[in-house]
Amino acid sequence: MKELICIVCPRGCRLRVSEDGSQTEGNACPRGAAYAQAEVTNPIRTLTSTVRVLGGLRQRLPVKTASPIPKSLLGAAMKELRELRVQAPVREGAILIPDLLRTGVPLVATRDDPGGSVKG
Amino acid sequence: MQSIGDCICFTLFLLITPKEEPKLYDVLIIGCGIVGAAAAWELSRYRLRTIVLEEKNDVAAGTTKANSAILHAGYDPPPGTLMARLNVEGSRMAEALCAALDVPYRKTGSLVLAFSREERALLEELLRRGERNCVPGLELLDREALSRREPGVSPQALCALYAPTAAIVSPWEYALALAETAVRNGTELRLNSGVTALEPLPQGGWRVTAGSAAYESRFVLNAAGVQGERIHGLAAPASFHIRPSRGQYYLLDKSQGNQVSHVVFQCPGPKGKGVLVAPTVHGNLLVGPNAEEISDGEDTAVTAAGLEQVAAMAARSVPGISLRECIRSFAGVRAQAERFDGVDDFIIQEAAPGFFDLAGIKSPGLTAAPAAARYAAGLLREAGLSLEEKPDFISSRRRIRFKDLSMEERNALIRQDPSYGRVICRCETVTEGEILAALRGPIPPCSIDGVKRRCGAGLGRCQGGFCGPRVLELLARERGIPPEQVLQEQEGSVVLAGGRI
Amino acid sequence: MIYDLIVVGGGPAGLAAALSAWEAGLRRILILERDRELGGILNQCIHNGFGLHYFQEELTGPEYAGRFVRLLRETDIQVLSDAMVLNIGDGDVLRVQTVDPIMGCRELSTRTVILAMGCRERTRGAIGTPGNRPAGILTAGAAQRYLNIEGCLVGRRAVILGSGDIGLIMARRMTLEGAKVLACLEVMPYSGGLTRNLVQCLEDFGIPLYLSHTVTEIQGRNRLERVLAARVDENRRPVPGTEIAFDCDTLLLSVGLIPENELTRQAGIEIDRRTGGPVVWENMETSKRGVFACGNVVHVHDLVDFVTMESRRAGAAAARYVLEGPAAGEEGALELSNGEGVSYTVPQRIHKVNGNARQNEKAEIFFRVNRVCGKSQILVEDGEGNRLAAFRRERMAPGEMERMTLPAALLERAAGGRLTVSVREEKGADVQ
Repeated sequence: MKELICIVCPRGCRLRVSEDGSQTEGNACPRGAAYAQAEVTNPIRTLTSTVRVLGGLRQRLPVKTASPIPKSLLGAAMKELRELRVQAPVREGAILIPDLLRTGVPLVATRDDPGGSVKG
Repeated sequence: MQSIGDCICFTLFLLITPKEEPKLYDVLIIGCGIVGAAAAWELSRYRLRTIVLEEKNDVAAGTTKANSAILHAGYDPPPGTLMARLNVEGSRMAEALCAALDVPYRKTGSLVLAFSREERALLEELLRRGERNCVPGLELLDREALSRREPGVSPQALCALYAPTAAIVSPWEYALALAETAVRNGTELRLNSGVTALEPLPQGGWRVTAGSAAYESRFVLNAAGVQGERIHGLAAPASFHIRPSRGQYYLLDKSQGNQVSHVVFQCPGPKGKGVLVAPTVHGNLLVGPNAEEISDGEDTAVTAAGLEQVAAMAARSVPGISLRECIRSFAGVRAQAERFDGVDDFIIQEAAPGFFDLAGIKSPGLTAAPAAARYAAGLLREAGLSLEEKPDFISSRRRIRFKDLSMEERNALIRQDPSYGRVICRCETVTEGEILAALRGPIPPCSIDGVKRRCGAGLGRCQGGFCGPRVLELLARERGIPPEQVLQEQEGSVVLAGGRI
Repeated sequence: MIYDLIVVGGGPAGLAAALSAWEAGLRRILILERDRELGGILNQCIHNGFGLHYFQEELTGPEYAGRFVRLLRETDIQVLSDAMVLNIGDGDVLRVQTVDPIMGCRELSTRTVILAMGCRERTRGAIGTPGNRPAGILTAGAAQRYLNIEGCLVGRRAVILGSGDIGLIMARRMTLEGAKVLACLEVMPYSGGLTRNLVQCLEDFGIPLYLSHTVTEIQGRNRLERVLAARVDENRRPVPGTEIAFDCDTLLLSVGLIPENELTRQAGIEIDRRTGGPVVWENMETSKRGVFACGNVVHVHDLVDFVTMESRRAGAAAARYVLEGPAAGEEGALELSNGEGVSYTVPQRIHKVNGNARQNEKAEIFFRVNRVCGKSQILVEDGEGNRLAAFRRERMAPGEMERMTLPAALLERAAGGRLTVSVREEKGADVQ
């Protein structure tokens, strides 16, 4: 059994999970079991960051992966984001990259930027 | 006959180095702390070509920005010394000068506490000294009178020496105001200009090298503070050492600002005037300093031991202070001098023909500065400099403090310039208009701390946590530099060292 | 014109309070926001983890704020940004003095005020770290703003002092942006942040957490060059011989938050020394009639969801105050105090139940424990020592806020005008 701390919610349950992820103890909800299983087989994380926005009201546009991606791809995903330029206006929820690193997960904006001059 | 080639070379030479006679200054001042700034201000009232060279990237960047912020009444210095005379004179000049130059100043009076009979005897000695130094209004207070005057002091204090003329001031604003006024009156100021060589000119006067630039001046004033010994050594045989002495302080939140209403000293010892507890003109409480001799005059680190010592000493005077309310601890270095002639006094002298020291100006240097400047001007006159007053001398200075204005004044200002309606520093209520005014002033700041010294943004309890990014943005915009080049304080103190992502 | 409600601050607390007052029927509502935009600190908190309690989904900070801003646009609540409140005065109605670049300096009249100014970070001065004062020492929140709003990194090699959530989040954020985070140091023997953040911000990136460690010296004249750290003993004093040196250009401070109550103090409102915020009743009213407070200005919350819930209560109470008149007086009120193991409670006072027909029939209590507790019981006792309730918890930590609901029936039984909340750990409890 492997010991883990659940990060699904702020409660932070202390989990014990079998090597193959099939059995979990200590979880207060079913999401904990799913987390534990993923964590021992293929750990995943939601990536949040910012990207350059052109013609935006602000310097940076906050973004996230619409769902978690493999933890091992976080670095590569950041490289993609660094290259990305988004043209304002842009709406919260707008898909900026439809399939990030062939994970099938889109990258979406997490804030509106109505466009305009960068504040001064 | 010249060849064509020679002609081209000669023309090119002319184009590349336009051979201009180097400007000859009348007075060159080395250092722009309170002493240099006061000298510049004093000389700027005369028809003179004056230039100030400052090693740092701003004025008031050394001892002047980190000290007790006290204008001493003048009972400490031994009677008959220059120190005693200039202290009392400077103290007398300060009130009007601060009013004219819009420098925060408050005549709080000071108290020296005695905790034993020996210390009481010392107070009597100070009283006698003060009377010989012509300090007005000195009074020995017994315990009752003391606790009536200052209820915050320890009941252990037996009695106190009360000096009504002692005052508190904003030291960096004092120096800034003097330097700005000098600049407005035509004085040149070169920042980032550390002096590396001094050579006497054959016709008299000095050639002063600062980095790649050189200046020629009939007279040179050495007001280099902790660098005073080094600068002196470039021009004259050694006659004193500067022994840098570091003092550590706590600056407490405004919640503690009312703990005392006077400057509260303990009895002075051989190392200085001891730990004081004093209100500041900005409404905080200042506690310190200790005194430690250090080898490096630039070493302004604070230490756990030093601060503990200060805390213990301060609790003895004013037991009610809460050091948990500390918003900043800092240290300053005083330029303590050790003269080869053994005299304990300021060093204001012509050390070589046309080269004058204003050195070893330790406490009460802040108080004495304008008087010392006047005294030095007198020495220059005796040495042959003609001091002819300018009819158009600008003698006053005003700076807008939004916080202190009435509602009507505020609205008139905001109608004229809406940036005065945007509060950037929440803790001290400093508006964007004031920050822009500072950035466009006679001596524009090039760092976030430089802005702080000019208008108070970032001086408060959050220490720039909220307003820092906004000030940085304004600084970058006004100076036309990218944000990642903005400095916190001196060269090399880039805030956004990680650069753009 | 007299406003029904002026909300000071347009962050998560102010937004929720204004909306809830609107829903409860108030119409003349004004939000005064000192920044350029609504949303407060959420705008720079681009990470996810917000909204699990309130929206039952995981949102980023801007998304969480966006939901309220969009709701607000559907109302006639007025918003004035770039506006700073200078003071709050009395009269027949409350008077709020404010300044902004367009309208200038004015005094606005209002029946109620909700204070929602939030909190600020403790600085280096507050913790008294010895050494030099070079550039490169920032609060984690300032570094977060530079990075997420301005797009600039404050440094390339960082040490984080304090394991508060913002520090942990910044450790991950800087690492993702290519900086090296060498360590996170925590003076206490336990973390001040949420456990999940220890996992996903430190462990995920191999950043070591040094518990019971602090910075003992800062070196570097102009820009930070090195910090020295050491283990501390039970009295939080550095243990000689345990020093570790970190060559770094950045030290981020995440050493606690302080409710920002300059305005509250100036208005003469009673402050609780334990929370650093105003003393409040269960309806979030302060000691000054018609002035309510909510969110981090009252006490520092761990989750924005709880800020929202608390602020909705404040908004609803302000609406009741305007529409139905003030709540019951102090007569028969209960004082709440913190007993063994508890560092504070909010509210600190509860109006007499049924003393006023409009009174909420239950009280929501927030509190924090003052040490890490294993299996424990939360005990609620009245002024005569009668135990009124006991709640069980598996584990509690100072970094996490606890809450409980006390029903009206229980409050009615309370004798002696007092309730005390304490924690008793069960014997042999496993403290982790």
